[in-house]
Amino acid sequence: MTTTTQPLPEVVADRLAGSPATGIWRDTLRNILRQRNALVGLAILGVLVLMAIFADQIATYRPDHVFRDETGRRNDPCIHALGCATSQTQHLFGTDANQQDVFSRVVHGARISLQVGFITVGFAILLGALIGAVAGFVGGWVDNVVMRIMDVLLAFPALLLAIAIVTVLGNGLINAQLAIGIVAIPIYARVTRASVLSVREQDFVTAARALGESPHGILFRRIMPNALTPLIVQGTLGIAGAILDVAALSFLGLGAQPPLAEWGLMIGAERNSVFNAPHLLIFPGLALALTVLAFNLLGDGLRDALDPRLNR
Amino acid sequence: MLRYVLRRLLLSIPVLFGIIFIVFALARLLPGDPCRAALGERATEAICNAFKDRYGLNEPIPVQFALYLQQLATGDLGDSIKFGRPVTELLIERLPVTVELTLYALLFAIVFGMLLGLIAAYRRNSAVDVATMIGANLGVSIPVFVLGLLLAYLFGVLLRDTPFALPPSGRLSAGLAVKPLAEQWGLQGLGGPPRSVLDFLSNIYTLNFLVTGQWDKLADALKHMVLPAVALGTIPMAIIARITRSSLLDVLGLDYIRTARAKGLRDRLVVFRHAMRNALLPVVTVIGLSLGALLGGAVLTETVFNLAGVGRSVYEAITGRDYVVIQAFTLVISIGYLIVNLLVDVSYAYLDPRIRLS
Repeated sequence: MTTTTQPLPEVVADRLAGSPATGIWRDTLRNILRQRNALVGLAILGVLVLMAIFADQIATYRPDHVFRDETGRRNDPCIHALGCATSQTQHLFGTDANQQDVFSRVVHGARISLQVGFITVGFAILLGALIGAVAGFVGGWVDNVVMRIMDVLLAFPALLLAIAIVTVLGNGLINAQLAIGIVAIPIYARVTRASVLSVREQDFVTAARALGESPHGILFRRIMPNALTPLIVQGTLGIAGAILDVAALSFLGLGAQPPLAEWGLMIGAERNSVFNAPHLLIFPGLALALTVLAFNLLGDGLRDALDPRLNR
Repeated sequence: MLRYVLRRLLLSIPVLFGIIFIVFALARLLPGDPCRAALGERATEAICNAFKDRYGLNEPIPVQFALYLQQLATGDLGDSIKFGRPVTELLIERLPVTVELTLYALLFAIVFGMLLGLIAAYRRNSAVDVATMIGANLGVSIPVFVLGLLLAYLFGVLLRDTPFALPPSGRLSAGLAVKPLAEQWGLQGLGGPPRSVLDFLSNIYTLNFLVTGQWDKLADALKHMVLPAVALGTIPMAIIARITRSSLLDVLGLDYIRTARAKGLRDRLVVFRHAMRNALLPVVTVIGLSLGALLGGAVLTETVFNLAGVGRSVYEAITGRDYVVIQAFTLVISIGYLIVNLLVDVSYAYLDPRIRLS
């Protein structure tokens, strides 16, 4: 049996070839960097983060600056390098109905959308993980009741429920985030509960219990770290979804309110301009799609990197 | 199998009540006075009181909920505060639009999604595979409303005077009329639920024109459906393509496929006959899951393409504080979603015996 001629799988070969055991995080990072999708996602995300941080420097004007002295609204892009008369003010992406510079608004929109994604999903993960962990750990009727409530929330089409919640809370970006966050809670509760259930009866947990560790300590120090991986993967993909959904609410007029430079709102406010000033929709639309794409690619890459069963 | 179906049915009952309760609670929590929203600022105290008496709004909340359940049990969804008409009438007018839109979107998603996934798996790592997967990644990332507007711009503006032009809004070209099926078939005397069903079906324009053989109108209605269906169906299509590909690749690595190949079966036969059947399971689940996204996306699609469907009506009812309509429409959509999920679970159990036995 020692004379096996089959080549070792790449991963095993790698490990044997001398790279010392480097710990899970280093391994993970290496795995992620090996995924082409994740790299592309990271690159786009990097650009977006830079754009958000340096929005004031990159944007040519303040996002709410109104060019009162200019003739006409919804002007086409005017780029001097491409032959636009230098007597006119340069607007890379043109101006909108309020005579505001679209380029500056798109750049500043990155700030809002990234913040929306992280905060919304952070809120949902925090509550969802807590609910799922307690349900899975305690078990019994608590588990039953809690998870049935989660089932009911999942039984609604997500966007529809979010619309209904936001109408109760009132329009606004914060409320839209809250609504999308609430709707996403059951997803993270399920993910966490599944991880908790899968390790609850394992020996290291029994050992911790035998050593007299408090239930609280067992849950948060011993069990929860096992739920981290699926939560990170689900959360990254969830950010993409949250950015999409909050933008959708803003598009319908239920989320961000003018004059905030939010992409969904910019598209919604100008949706009837599709026939005469499409640049008002195309630029924020592209920015939105690219942001969502970045998180989707990164999430897929993370999943492939963190879940060895999926390696192919 | 029957036991599994029954158990699954029983489990949905508490969920159904949960849905009804949440819908009721959300509608009652809506800020703003429904009376003033319906009758305007001129409504006096006395008029408002009479109004609230009429709609049971002066009763305590638990009583209101009991009354609501009682009403639902008799199939009465209430009268729209804004239009003063029974909500069921509105539903018969508007639900067909959403049903039609969702079905065409789903059809587009399933056909093209599975086809692309199949080709990508079949020609793994080829240029076609890479292109398909890049396309799928872009497809899941583009918001429904952005894609809808871009499509409207492309086919409604840029290609306006070419043979590829497609109408960017509405359900029929101006000047074309739709006759209810009851009228065309001389069934005006028909009443009650059969009439409602017939009217419902009449309002699915493509079906109406198909069964009555009005081919010109059918073509026109179908043309109007293309852009909305593509806009709404693109995200599910991309997801289905990805799942089909990865699930097919999983199955193609299994021993029985190697056996089939070793027997000398043609490659195509192995992929289509042997592998596809087992690869379908995850695809079915994803199709079921996509329906929630489709119904949510219908709100956006109907707004972009000016279609007076249920999604658009919910949105309009919310801005108009017509809580009876919000309640009824959200309820109907959610119950529809619940039923679809039930069907998906059952078909999943049918396809994979391990599920119903566990």
